[in-house]
Amino acid sequence: MTNQSSQRSDDKTSVGVVIPQSVDIKDPLKLACGQVFNQYHLVYETYGVLNTDKTNAILICHALSGHHHAAGFHTDNPQEKPGWWDSCIGPGKPIDTNKFFVVVPNNIGGCHGTTGPSSINPETNKAWGPDFPPLRFRDWVDSQAQLADHLGIQVWAAIIGGSLGGMQAMRWSLEYPDRVKHCLVIASAMNLTPQNIAFNEMARQAIISDPNFCGGRYLDEEKKPVKGLALARMIGHVTYLSQSQLEDRFGRDLREGSFERGNNNPVQFEIESYLNYKGDQFAETFDANTYLVITRMLDVFDLAREYNHDPVVAFSNATCKYFVASFSTDWRFAPDRSKEIVNALVAAKKEVTYVNIETDRGHDGFLSNTPRYIKDLTSYLTNVANEVNEELSGAS
Amino acid sequence: MRVDFEIVKSWVPEGAHVLDLACGDGTLMSSLMKDCKVTGYGLENDEQSISECIQKGVSVIEKELVRDLDSFQDNAFDLVIMTQAIQVMKYPDVILDEMLRVGRQCIVTFPNFGNLGARAHLALRGKMPVTKNLPYQWFDTPNIHFCTVADFRALCKTKGYHFLNEATLAEQTINKLFKDIRPNLFAETAIYHLTKAG
Repeated sequence: MTNQSSQRSDDKTSVGVVIPQSVDIKDPLKLACGQVFNQYHLVYETYGVLNTDKTNAILICHALSGHHHAAGFHTDNPQEKPGWWDSCIGPGKPIDTNKFFVVVPNNIGGCHGTTGPSSINPETNKAWGPDFPPLRFRDWVDSQAQLADHLGIQVWAAIIGGSLGGMQAMRWSLEYPDRVKHCLVIASAMNLTPQNIAFNEMARQAIISDPNFCGGRYLDEEKKPVKGLALARMIGHVTYLSQSQLEDRFGRDLREGSFERGNNNPVQFEIESYLNYKGDQFAETFDANTYLVITRMLDVFDLAREYNHDPVVAFSNATCKYFVASFSTDWRFAPDRSKEIVNALVAAKKEVTYVNIETDRGHDGFLSNTPRYIKDLTSYLTNVANEVNEELSGAS
Repeated sequence: MRVDFEIVKSWVPEGAHVLDLACGDGTLMSSLMKDCKVTGYGLENDEQSISECIQKGVSVIEKELVRDLDSFQDNAFDLVIMTQAIQVMKYPDVILDEMLRVGRQCIVTFPNFGNLGARAHLALRGKMPVTKNLPYQWFDTPNIHFCTVADFRALCKTKGYHFLNEATLAEQTINKLFKDIRPNLFAETAIYHLTKAG
């Protein structure tokens, strides 16, 4: 592969140094809102080698803060952290790059190189900003299908997504049933609860009320609503963590100050310091308008809406097999939300495997390396790889 | 493969949509998928067993079997199977009703507590039976609702269930010789294939 070097391959389970790729998709993309992108830019990374029949490809759908850099490194700098799902993608890992060709696009509306609110609108020659069209999940799925066409991939061996990535994977299985063999839906749900929407709205209000937001035209004003975006991230981030995890990791420990009498140093708890750090770090690299676009997409998403609000009817269109996983302490997309998916799949007589992984990692459990999670994901995908190989040998 | 599995398999219609309750490591379900072309799921709550099911390619659903199968619709399955697990259930009669609600037929296998060995253990030693088939001590056994062949038949009659097939199994010579004549005394394992009346 030309996009992978072995300079940083002292770790045999890492894909090493990867170079992001990109494509200008020139087929029109008709969005759910009615607007059309005549051309758009899509950034993606790939790991592993596509087989000659192009049947070993896996699509990874990223979550809210994710992007195309899911595994490996961009530089030789030993300080650099690996991609966001490096725990699961690599040689010998559950999503085994010795067996699969893994494709990870940055979704449209994003802010890591793919066309999004911070890109230049060709009609105005200014950043889209608040004028970026409201997207739906099907727009992501349609653009990913165009990327698949570009790469010559007719059928995905598997589509895998955690959290809102799982929603994309499910939407894929309904929109393009003959292009998906396996759909892995991890820590996800068929729609948001009112509580989920409430947290999203708090996050949006945090952004909008930042004076530097400038009605969304902060790029034109050469400003950045970092305070609001950091606060939005803090609100979101705390919903990804479990109570027991916060207890164990931070407890009521103090970062600064003291409770001693006669001491009036203001106190700061460890958890406060941690959340502030996470918020600031996120605000450095993320775009506020993207955050608004994606949280609104999440609120609006409802897998079964156009199937008379009946998920059984929705899934009856699917032809793939499903793997559903939830995490015991996830309260953002709780195990019960995954069970709803499983129940609908069973009622629709679709093949489904469901595991509820015991962990204190909350919603972020889907990015963890909890041994049982890694083991079951590995087993399932090993069978997927075997199916791919059987078809190869069967056809020859 | 376990002998009770061989008999269960011989009763499963080809292509049936099957639910296997407490499916263990998925051996039965995997064999039914391969040889009887069944579709369906195994239900299990043990992590290790679930992992083994996934390795075998069995569609396994993690679920605690408590009292009901409320997430499943009426007659969703052609057949619901439960092997060697009814004695572990807190409400075996309710589970049996549930099996015949979500499935048109069910197959149940259980250890016969009326077997001579168990009776002798209690009668002669005055202690709760510990046999090859029932290896646990009274305090650590997962089996909380023992029954005999006669007990099980009586329950089915009370509920008005219809017997489609029945079979008994035994390993010990004496049990093998007499199990068909006096199943309640000599069967070590009983296997029942039931359907709702009518």
